[in-house]
This record gives sequence, structure tokens and C-alpha cells, in this order.
Amino acid sequence: MAIYKLQINGQTYQADVEPDTPLLWVLRDHLGLLGTKFGCGIAVCGACTVHFNDQAVRACVFPVSAVGSASITTIEGLSEQGTHPVQQAWNEVDVAQCGYCQAGQIMTAAALLKRNPNPSTEEIDAGMNGNICRCGTYHRIREAVTLAAAKLK
Amino acid sequence: MSSQPNTSRRNFLKQSLLAGGGLLIGFKLYGAGLAPAGEIENAALAAGSVDFNSFLSIATDGTVTIFSPNPEIGQNIKTSFPMIVAEELDVDWSRVKVVQAALDSSKYERQVTGGSGAIPHSWKRLREAGATARQMLMEAAAKRLKVPVGELSTQNSLVMHKASGRQLGYGELAADAAKLPAPANVKLKDPKDFKLIGKAINNVDNGDIITGKPLYGIDFYREGMLTAMVQRPPAFGMKVKSVDAAAAKAMPGIVDVVRFDDKVAVVGKSTWQVMKARKALKVVYEKGAALESSTDHDRLFKELLDSKEASVRRQDGDVEAAFKRAAKVVKSEYQCPFLPHSPLEPMNFFAHVRADGVELVGPTQTPDRARGVAAQITGIAPEKITVEMTRMGGAFGRRLMADYVEEAVQVSKLAKAPVKVIWTREDDMTGGNYRPAVRYRFEAALDASGNMIGYKLRGVGINAGNPTREHNFPSGSVENLLIDSVEHQSPITTAPWRAPITNFLAFAEQSFIDEVAQAAGKDPVQFRLELMEKAKKSPVGNIGYDIDRMQTVTRMAAEKAGWGKKQGVHQGFSVYYSHRSYVAQVGEVALEGGKPVLKKIYAVSDCGQVVNLSGARQQVIGGIVDGLGHAMYGNMTFREGAPEQQNFNNYRLIRLKEVPEVEIHFVDNGIEPTGLGEPALPPTGAAVANAIFKATSKRMYNQPFLEQDAMKGLSQ
Ligand code: FES
Ligand code: FES
Repeated sequence: MAIYKLQINGQTYQADVEPDTPLLWVLRDHLGLLGTKFGCGIAVCGACTVHFNDQAVRACVFPVSAVGSASITTIEGLSEQGTHPVQQAWNEVDVAQCGYCQAGQIMTAAALLKRNPNPSTEEIDAGMNGNICRCGTYHRIREAVTLAAAKLK
Repeated sequence: MSSQPNTSRRNFLKQSLLAGGGLLIGFKLYGAGLAPAGEIENAALAAGSVDFNSFLSIATDGTVTIFSPNPEIGQNIKTSFPMIVAEELDVDWSRVKVVQAALDSSKYERQVTGGSGAIPHSWKRLREAGATARQMLMEAAAKRLKVPVGELSTQNSLVMHKASGRQLGYGELAADAAKLPAPANVKLKDPKDFKLIGKAINNVDNGDIITGKPLYGIDFYREGMLTAMVQRPPAFGMKVKSVDAAAAKAMPGIVDVVRFDDKVAVVGKSTWQVMKARKALKVVYEKGAALESSTDHDRLFKELLDSKEASVRRQDGDVEAAFKRAAKVVKSEYQCPFLPHSPLEPMNFFAHVRADGVELVGPTQTPDRARGVAAQITGIAPEKITVEMTRMGGAFGRRLMADYVEEAVQVSKLAKAPVKVIWTREDDMTGGNYRPAVRYRFEAALDASGNMIGYKLRGVGINAGNPTREHNFPSGSVENLLIDSVEHQSPITTAPWRAPITNFLAFAEQSFIDEVAQAAGKDPVQFRLELMEKAKKSPVGNIGYDIDRMQTVTRMAAEKAGWGKKQGVHQGFSVYYSHRSYVAQVGEVALEGGKPVLKKIYAVSDCGQVVNLSGARQQVIGGIVDGLGHAMYGNMTFREGAPEQQNFNNYRLIRLKEVPEVEIHFVDNGIEPTGLGEPALPPTGAAVANAIFKATSKRMYNQPFLEQDAMKGLSQ
């Protein structure tokens, strides 16, 4: 076990865990940040997507020991009240079915738009293709990313 | 370490209700004098409400709380159910708060998610709950305003007296209304006056979903709770011979290792520690039953299709004679593999077995079954077992099974602690309860003018039960018909999977009907309509579907898609009746560089009255994407009983880039709602396969399409 000081959502958290513990389980089991979901554990579904600085990463395979002083943003930190344009678009388009994948989808979309505020349809498809939605909300995801991009203008 | 959040809704509810001090209105579904109401309702009843059960409460500030008793798996029931109550109550939707009710068989009937049955079952009951409350509020207002109740009307949580211009809010009236006797036979709205039903209303949990609130079973944490992971046999047919848990037990954070059935559970303080320790278990397995491979199944299917012994499901006329005099016979076989359900939230459940009761919390489609298994395992009376339902990260039928609830109860009992059992994706995918694998043989006899005079269907399923729907189309339209089935029992476990049986039967049957139409030299849509017409004019035997509704969706889908009128795309048709509703689809495939590319799917659904247009569209889109993805890619195979796919890296789920444009229409026919969670899925496979055939002259006889020879080197 080792003590890690983590910068998450603008706050400093501390966790006493083994170095190989994936960030996902530190967030969920130790810090009570439960918005980040477990779907596959092998970086292929995107349910656990968080931001590492401004980049979307898969927390299920990201060891806590590799976080260092980077600033981590989870769905809880994107905006607490759901006021981030991507969250708002997700609500307006009524994207969720079961909703389980959506934190990961939103975090992926937010990182995508940060990097490319004006994505083409192909760029949206490419940017969102790594996130599985088992309920099949893909059409609305496309629509919501487009709407969020418009809101950001 | 920071402390864990407590997500118990029960406490939240109790407090909020007590704080609200409002009126509790509802209705009793069946019988009287059943088990005492739960603590939530007791609390509210004590605050002076009418003495029947609870679907809605009105607080003095006008907030209306509506309880949604059915499990939410993403089918949007938690929004649709309250909409129905709110419609009849004439309430301001923005002031409605929806609360998931816990299991309470004395108050709610059919707290089940499955069979697309919730809305059809509860439609009238929910409307009456709202209308009864509205009537009581009006009566209270009549007394207060000293006017006849007939002069009053309601709107947006207000009772209005138009003649004098006076109005009273529901909140002001709640306390008085509660004291009135509940009227019987209240008048329900004329559907043309619906203000909420039929509109697109956003999911009531959107705010929590987009901000990452802990809604799901896997998000349930409580002080002192332990986490457990279960090691199950690596192959179906294997059993435990010996267990050496010493190394696992010695690992950090591990509290206990317990064994039950052929399972070994590692119990510890955190998920990662338990995951690692489980890998350190040394379990030796031995063969306990046949270790079957998919290659064995392929062989078995062929043998059993020729079996002399089959269960006859339906027989009309003289099939053999019809085939003897046929001018043409069409014969084909179709096969579909096992499929895991793959809800994105893996199986999990929380159980706390105490000496005097059991507390269960988690994702289940059948809370009553969860309670049943807990009672059986612990010997504790069902009245002492509580079940709290969390929102579910999908289910698709998987959470109708209670195996993972059993595990939680067993582990909590043996470890003597509150425990949440969680499965990894690999556990979830290899843990069984699959959609069964099935192979069909269809035969059709045509006379010289292309009329179908004989029809045979044999289904061979592996733990599939009856893999046919013998009273479904085209039964009723053919004089000579034989439908039978053969079952192979296997150690590989199966379970209902969204649109059970029909999710593959529809693909096979609607593909075959296309083949028959082609052999008869007829247009596929016209051929189907003629069969339906025949079933209407000269029905043969029992007909399990409504011919008019089926014809309507068929015609409408053909019209919306411009059937037969388009250049540059190849169209495939499919129509299916399942779970009381009717859906017709047209798939459009274009050839790009000689390869078929799916461009668009049209869907026309007749599910009766649409309750929530946004949710209904989601169910149709979701059903299509589900049907398409699994037909195209889904394949679960076995080698000596061991699953050959373990996670989404070697089991392919459909992704965003692979979904075509979808155009959705609903039939508006004033029929009461007939359900929509499943019916849009079954027709998709054949709509796509028939379009691929049109484009390439290659027929998809097996799923997944992508692995068929015809598709190799073709699309995607
Ligand atoms: S849980 Fe991390 S990508 Fe699936
Ligand atoms: S909404 Fe259910 S997995 Fe995406």
C-alpha cells in the first residue's frame, strides 16, 4: 500500500492503495466518486472514461501510480449541476436509455470538443466510436455531440 | 480513506415524505388485508391519508410524488408510468417527483420487467390512480368553494371554478381531499384530451445520469460492506474437485474465502484486492457432465432435424399430401448462435443476511424472485426480506435470472457480513444464461400458380424450450401445416433474451418467406399481404395475431420506404408480431464498390397508444440497433464446454459507426398500449438479410452475418 495524493475535479484527494490499483477502482471504492463506470476492465468499452489533464483516458487500465500530479476530471467534475454544454445537450436530446454508458460517452464527447470544437460528422463518428452503448443510443449521441458543438460556439 | 456514500433511497424517501407531510393517494390492486404496508407508506399514512395503497402523494406545497413500482432497465418505465398517472391527475409535470418503489407485493402487482408487459398490464390501473385522486381533489374544492363539483375543472395542478374565476392548488387541497372516501368508477379522460400521453417527455433520471449520480446496483456502497467475487467453473459441465485458498486468503484486504455449490467466493475490502486475490485461488475442477463444443452442436442440429421424435406444436390439414402434389418445394435451414446479454453494467447484487431478516439491494427484473431465492437459501420468511431496486445498466432478460442474487445471499450468509457481489465482464460473458442456439428447417409447397399449399417448420434448440411460435404468422394462412420441435438439453445454461425465441425465429421465418415469394414469382410485400388476406378470408385453425394490425404496418412500411420505387438501393422487407405489438421494417442496402452497405432502416410500429414519444422512439431505435448488431456480429462459441469469447475484445458489439439512418413511424389507431420493449427487435435481422440478398443474390442462412461465406470480403 502507498499513499497517493490525487488532483480530482479541482480538489485534492488522498487514497491509501496498492500502486497497481486502476484509477477506476480508486475513484469508486476509495473516494466515493461513483459516476465513472465499470464496463469491461480492458479499455474497450469506454464506460470508465475520465480526463487526464484534458485528454480522455480509460480509468480501468490506468494505474493510480501513473497519475502523478495530473489533473483528473470525472463526470462529477465536468459540472456539478449538469450545466456543461455536453451535459445539457445530453439532457435536451434525451440520449440515455439505461444511462450506464453515458458518463463515459459525455466525457469522451467533452474531450473531443475541447480538442476539436467544430467536428465534422465523420470526426464525431470517429471520436465516439470507441464507446459502446449496449442500449443502442448511437443516433442520439451523434445528435447530442452536434448540439453541444453548437452550444459551445 | 473517505467514507462511502449511503445511497439508500428508503431513508431519503421516508424523510422526504415525512417532511412533506402530504396526502397519500393510491389504490389497492388485488384483495385486501395482505401484509402490512412498508415503512414508507406507513409513515405517510400516519400523516393522515386515506387507508389504501400508494401510487402518488401530494404535499402541501403542491409537489406530487409518484411511485414507480416496476424495475427500470432503460425501457423508460420510470418516466412512462408516472406520465400515465399524471395525465389523469391533470398535474403540472414540472412539479412531479418520481420515486422508485421497493418490492411490495401487498401494494403492487407484477413488479416485473419483461415480456414488454408493464404498460399493457398497468395502463388502466395507473389511469384510475390518477383519476381517483383528481376526483377527490375536486370534491374537496367543491366543499371549500361551496359550489357543485360539476362546475369545477382541473388543469396544471389547479382546481378551477370558471364561473367565479376562483381556483385552488392541489397542494392546498391535499389535506382535505385525503379525508374523503375514494370514489369508485371514476371517469377517465377521452384520449383526444391527453396533454402528456403521446408527447416526448425526457427521462426523469436525466439530471442524475448526466452528473454521474450513484443510481445503479454497482454504485451501492455502505459502511462496513465487503466486496466479493466468485470463481465459477471454467466450462459448462465442470465441477469443483478441490480448493486451495491459502494464497488468496493471505493477500492484502482479503477477509474470507467461502465455498458453496461449485463456486468459490473471495471476500474482501476493495474490488481490486478481491480481483487480484481471486486469481491466486487454486481450484481444481473435474468433469461432471458432457463438455460440449460448438462443433458438437453443429452436428447435433443436423441429426436432430431428421429426428423421428419431435414435439408437435401445431398441425393443420394433410401436410404430406400437400407436399406430394406440390409443383415446387422450397426448403432451407437457418441457424443462430448462443448470445450473452451483455448489459453494460455487469451482474452485481448486495445482500445482508442477518439472523432476523435479509436486506437485498440491486439490479433485478424480478424482485419477487430475488426475495424467493433469499428465503429459500436462508430459511427466513419472505416478509422479513426487503428488496430495493436500483436503476439497471441494461438487462435484456439477463436480470430475470436470480443466480447472482443467490450468490450475494450465499456469500453474505457464509461470510456473516453485508456483501456486494460483483462480476467482471469476463464473468458476465462466460457465466451462462445465454440466448439459446437454434437451427430451423423450413419447407414450403407451392402449387402451379404459386400458392403456398403446405408449410413445415422444425426447430431444434439447445435448452430453448419451444423454439417456435406456432400460432404466429404464417399459421392461419396455409391449409396444410406442421410445426414441431426437438430439444437438446445441454449443461450450457440459457435464459430469456430480449424478445425470447422471436429474436431469431423472426429472422429465419421472414427470410424464408422471402425465399418462398421469390420461388412463387411474387413481390415479397405483396406475397405477405396475400397470405394475410387468405388468413382473414379463410382462416385455418388458431390465429395468434391480429391480421388487420399486421396488414396495416406492412402497407405503411412499404409506403413510407417507397417500396419498389427506388433506384440505386436494394430493399428488404420484414414484418413481425411479438409481445402484442406489430412492427414492419424495410432495410436498404447499396452496393459500394461491389460491397453491400446498409444505408437505412424504416420501421413502422403498432404498439397501440404511444405513452412517451421520446421513450418509444428509443425502444424502436434500440431494438433495431440491438437486432442489427447481434445479427451482424454476435457469436458465442464453446470448446469443450468453455466459452471462447470473454470480453468485448473478442466478442463484437455494434458500435456507433455501424448504425445506419433509421426512420420511425407509429400507427395511430386508438388501441390501448400493447408494449414496445421488445417488438422492434425481431424484424430487423430479416429486413437487413433480405436487402443483402436483393443486392448480392447471397442469402444469409446463419447469424452472425459477418461470418457467412457470402459476406466474407463484403461489407464492413
Ligand atoms: S471499463 Fe474501462 S474501457 Fe471498459
Ligand atoms: S444507455 Fe444503456 S449502455 Fe448506453
